[in-house]
Amino acid sequence: MNALRRRFQPEQIRELVLIVLIIGIIIFFGTQIENYFSPRTFTRISTSVAVVAIVAVGQTLVILTRNIDLSVGSIVGFTAYVVGTILSRNNDIPPVAVVLLAVAMGAVMGSINGLLVAYGRVPAIIVTLGTLALYRTILVEISGANSVLTNELPRWLVNLPPVNVFTIGALDIRLLFFTALLVVIIFQFIASYAAWGRRLYAIGSNPDAARVAGFPAQRIVFTAFVLSGALAGLAGFVFLARFGNITVVAGQGVELQSVAAAVVGGVNINGGLGSPFGAFLGAILIDVIDNSLIRWLAISEFWRDALLGLLILLAVATDTVIMNRLRKLWLRHELQISGSDAPVEKGGAHHAV
Amino acid sequence: MQSKWSFLRRWEGLLLVLLIMIVTYNAFNTPGYLTVNNWVNLFQLSIEKIIVALIMTFIIINAEIDLSVASMMGLSACLAGFLYAGGMPMEGALAVGLLAGIVAGVFNSFWIGIVGLPSLVVTLSGLIMYRGLAYVLLEDRSIGNFPAWFNRLGQQPLIGPFPLAMIIFFVLLVFAIIILHYSGFGRYVYVIGNSKEVARYAGVRVQRTKMLLFVASSTIAALAGLLYAARLGAVRGDMATGFELDIITMVLLGGVSIFGGSGSLWGVLLSVLIILNLRNGMGLANLSGHVQTGVIGVLLILSVLAPNLFAIVRTNWSRRRARATEPNGA
Repeated sequence: MNALRRRFQPEQIRELVLIVLIIGIIIFFGTQIENYFSPRTFTRISTSVAVVAIVAVGQTLVILTRNIDLSVGSIVGFTAYVVGTILSRNNDIPPVAVVLLAVAMGAVMGSINGLLVAYGRVPAIIVTLGTLALYRTILVEISGANSVLTNELPRWLVNLPPVNVFTIGALDIRLLFFTALLVVIIFQFIASYAAWGRRLYAIGSNPDAARVAGFPAQRIVFTAFVLSGALAGLAGFVFLARFGNITVVAGQGVELQSVAAAVVGGVNINGGLGSPFGAFLGAILIDVIDNSLIRWLAISEFWRDALLGLLILLAVATDTVIMNRLRKLWLRHELQISGSDAPVEKGGAHHAV
Repeated sequence: MQSKWSFLRRWEGLLLVLLIMIVTYNAFNTPGYLTVNNWVNLFQLSIEKIIVALIMTFIIINAEIDLSVASMMGLSACLAGFLYAGGMPMEGALAVGLLAGIVAGVFNSFWIGIVGLPSLVVTLSGLIMYRGLAYVLLEDRSIGNFPAWFNRLGQQPLIGPFPLAMIIFFVLLVFAIIILHYSGFGRYVYVIGNSKEVARYAGVRVQRTKMLLFVASSTIAALAGLLYAARLGAVRGDMATGFELDIITMVLLGGVSIFGGSGSLWGVLLSVLIILNLRNGMGLANLSGHVQTGVIGVLLILSVLAPNLFAIVRTNWSRRRARATEPNGA
């Protein structure tokens, strides 16, 4: 037990619980829905999770610093529409340039958020509520009520969703899902090992202490917003590839889905706790439920939002109650170890709880 | 230091000047602008949001947030419509709709007050859940054909030129001002917003105050939803979607700090008037609803950014001045 305790942190147990929960839900729906355990189910869920998963990773970076980015839905819609329009007018742009363009556009919009939050000292919820409306407004104005149509897009883009990177058994790993996986892995490494990533946690858990310690807090928060915007831009490209037909309302609601994914995945809304991988699991959990309810005949598909809301609440509630207890357990254990060598200040425990 | 212009330095003073500028501009450019009917119209177009903004002011001053209000508006209206279509008399359906608001408020405040979850998360899931329940009830149908008296209440003047919703708003406004600015409970709301810890050590019942506010918030949102249904004459699952952003914008533009503890209903009232007149003016200038929303979004950011920039510039100036005088002093 002690060896176990030393090896795992409470946060990792939480991710384990999420994985078990996802498997449990899949098994449950497997008994309810005919032909549920088929490669097609996997393909359907993995492609539809790609957009939200990419955005949720960026959202996690921002939430870790005790901020929030509500403008990502508008950024996804904006990049999907504008990149789509440019492509439909000029089919010969190389794919790499298209992706870079989408990411750059997202990064510019994210940097506006970051500037206002980090250097203008305006609370993130105000800034991103404002830019949520603003980016959407600009999109509606420049669109002139036109839509991007699939048949105007270049063939390589339309043929992108069914492209396979590799196959595990009967399961196809599609390129779009693979992109999301790459994003998750890269940012999981940055968040756990890179100095910049660790500083996100430091700023989120105690902004004053981080400032006193001499971290360039403003620059780090700014970069987090730029990355969140850039990832939303990338997600905009994935959105365009997946749907083809883009209207001016594209991406509406993605901001709430990404926050929901992060929160269900154990990212603390007050900053300093959580991981991109957790947010990814949260996105998968939500998407599995979403996609399965549509096919489950026992109840109307209209139940899915009601259940999703309840799920978020329960996830956070169990998180708060159970995680607090686990953390106390770990802490008591650590105090016992150090207490045998040297007396520990009694008040010391309060800081970490 | 106190001159007769010092009120201008306060946020409310700035809002007042802005409001007078907009009203003057509109009055000179639009005939019939300063008539009672036009102003009643102005209010009527967003009266439900304004009613909810009153209670949202309490919540944000208390350093919390309620994102579920718009979904609650939709749910109460859909529930009443659903029951009416199922054969219940309209009076009973309205009562159940209002009751749903109380139940949802108790639900929200249970998680916030007793379990101790952040209100942002609880009401975010409320936003999704209550909207979802509205869809469960009505799916993709729309229900109309309400009794004539119900539609009349929503659409026609009741006393003088004022329809029911406006009368409710004025009554609630008076109550809200008395409670927030002239009662002990109101002081508690500010104290808790400033520091929960200090309030607890001072013996303020933090939990109970917060829970009371969230029950009130959902109940008033449910009432606003029913008024909205009366004005539209029909209900649908997606009604009032996105209203929470407009409502929060009204409150924040009124100078209420998102971190709690400061702001006033006077400021919110001024910001409501500014937003209404600005939208009206922009509408007359043929700007679409989307542009209007964008402009108000920019205004929201500027309302917080401008004072901050002043503060930053001022500290830089004084720092520079201090540096300039330092060598002489040393």
